[in-house]
Amino acid sequence: MDALMSLLQPVQTMLGPLWPLVWTLVKIILILIPLMLSVAYLTFWERKIIGWMQVRIGPNRVGPWGLLQPIADGLKLLFKEIIVPTRAGTALYIVGPIMAIAPSLAAWAVVPFSDGYVLANVDAGVLYLLGITSIGVYGVIIAGWASNSKYSFLGAMRSAAQMVSYEIAMGFALVCVLMISASLNLTEIVHGQNRGMFAAMGLKFLSWNWLPLLPMFLVFLISGVAETNRAPFDVVEGESEIVAGHMVEYSGMAFALFFLGEYANMILVSILTSIFFLGGWLSPLGFLPDSFIWLAAKTSFILFLFLWFRATFPRYRYDQIMRLGWKVFVPLCMFWVLVVGIWMMSPLNIWK
Amino acid sequence: MDFKTAVFYFLSTILVLASLRVITARNPVHAALFLVLAFFNASGLWLLLHAEFLAIALVMVYVGAVMVLFLFVVMMLDIDIERLRQGFWSHLPLGAAIGLLMAGEMAVVLGGRYFWPEAMPAPGPTQPGYSNTKELGRLLFTDYVYPFELASVILLVAIIAAVLLTLRRRADSKFLNPRQQIAVQRNDRIRMVTMPSEKE
Repeated sequence: MDALMSLLQPVQTMLGPLWPLVWTLVKIILILIPLMLSVAYLTFWERKIIGWMQVRIGPNRVGPWGLLQPIADGLKLLFKEIIVPTRAGTALYIVGPIMAIAPSLAAWAVVPFSDGYVLANVDAGVLYLLGITSIGVYGVIIAGWASNSKYSFLGAMRSAAQMVSYEIAMGFALVCVLMISASLNLTEIVHGQNRGMFAAMGLKFLSWNWLPLLPMFLVFLISGVAETNRAPFDVVEGESEIVAGHMVEYSGMAFALFFLGEYANMILVSILTSIFFLGGWLSPLGFLPDSFIWLAAKTSFILFLFLWFRATFPRYRYDQIMRLGWKVFVPLCMFWVLVVGIWMMSPLNIWK
Repeated sequence: MDFKTAVFYFLSTILVLASLRVITARNPVHAALFLVLAFFNASGLWLLLHAEFLAIALVMVYVGAVMVLFLFVVMMLDIDIERLRQGFWSHLPLGAAIGLLMAGEMAVVLGGRYFWPEAMPAPGPTQPGYSNTKELGRLLFTDYVYPFELASVILLVAIIAAVLLTLRRRADSKFLNPRQQIAVQRNDRIRMVTMPSEKE
């Protein structure tokens, strides 16, 4: 890093006061381009994995082993016409997909990829994440309403109600994490998981948050699936009930933006689960070096779980989704907040 | 004009314009969305004042939760604008009088000696390690603990009241009890019968 900075020194002096702006933009691009590539290949990987699980082959025509399939899909969507329905509210119709994708990209500002490798190392990182991700629901509502179609409006209502409900469970699960790590900074939360009895013994994976907060880990994971509207909670696009949810009137790139946002959100939820509960970039055993590779491996595993769920479980019924969120997860989270509070006040506190 | 002042004027301009559009927009959904924009810019102003916790809480609570429910209601309602506009002139005197009264009250409060810039000096440069959020939490849980608890109890009462007001038992509604569905056993659903084969 230092060698790179010394190489960039002449550029820095040339740009003068504009340097922080340019350097931040460069860093944003360095995060977003790999993210977009991951999104593209996540769609490919999803089709491949579900294909294998259903004893099919999956996409294998474009390029070697079908590897160019997502590029071809992207190009196809890019060249398609964006059709605006005659009676749609035009300005809001265009704002809808933008509001859907922007928060899922903005949230990456506080995500640490390794020790010190983070765009904005702010102390209120978790709060920022909660605030930004709660804006994502506007994309859904605005798109559904501005399309001026009953199907997209019903889809938007269902999706928005579901997202608002599961946000509460996710927030409570995070409260437990905040209580034991005593920090809102994501880097600090990862460092906090590197301390403890098991970490001293070299078995670092046993001192990560998933073990003492096992119910919250599961709640966060399942709520994450529901929050991103993925199967088995994908009532937004329940083909048997409503045609395709809030994006049914959209075509071309405007349609693709919703899915770019959805997959970026999936990767975000996976990387956050890894950071909050699975020790981020920490290695599982003491003698292995900590590095970004561990974070990538953990995130990929959780992403694989998302795809596995989709291939395995049938779709939830809508009232059962609401029951799970409000009557199971929220009480469980409140109870576990109490348990963690009593645990921390008792002599058995392991997070001193 | 330094950068911070430019940002302040930028945010304030959008805030004022958005607030104006909230009351002038003809479409109630547009008005609600302009209110969202206004909240967002207000949170930006708070960030400029180093009140990052309050700024993010404003976005989280008002933008992320309250306004979403608000939009739900506004979108579901079938509001007939023409009917609402009927009798505008006959209601104008009363409405204008109440509006003027409220404006006057606000002028009295804001014009009082508690709200002059001298009464509230800008906080000096903060020490490294000073945390606004920690300071706020300390105040809420020590000096203002009783008002804080009182507010939460009032909110709890409001939640229970809202639930009770909308709770009604309908005899004719059909629903499935998931607990019974999960607890179902094989013997509840099938009955084995022996059928000896018949002879000709």
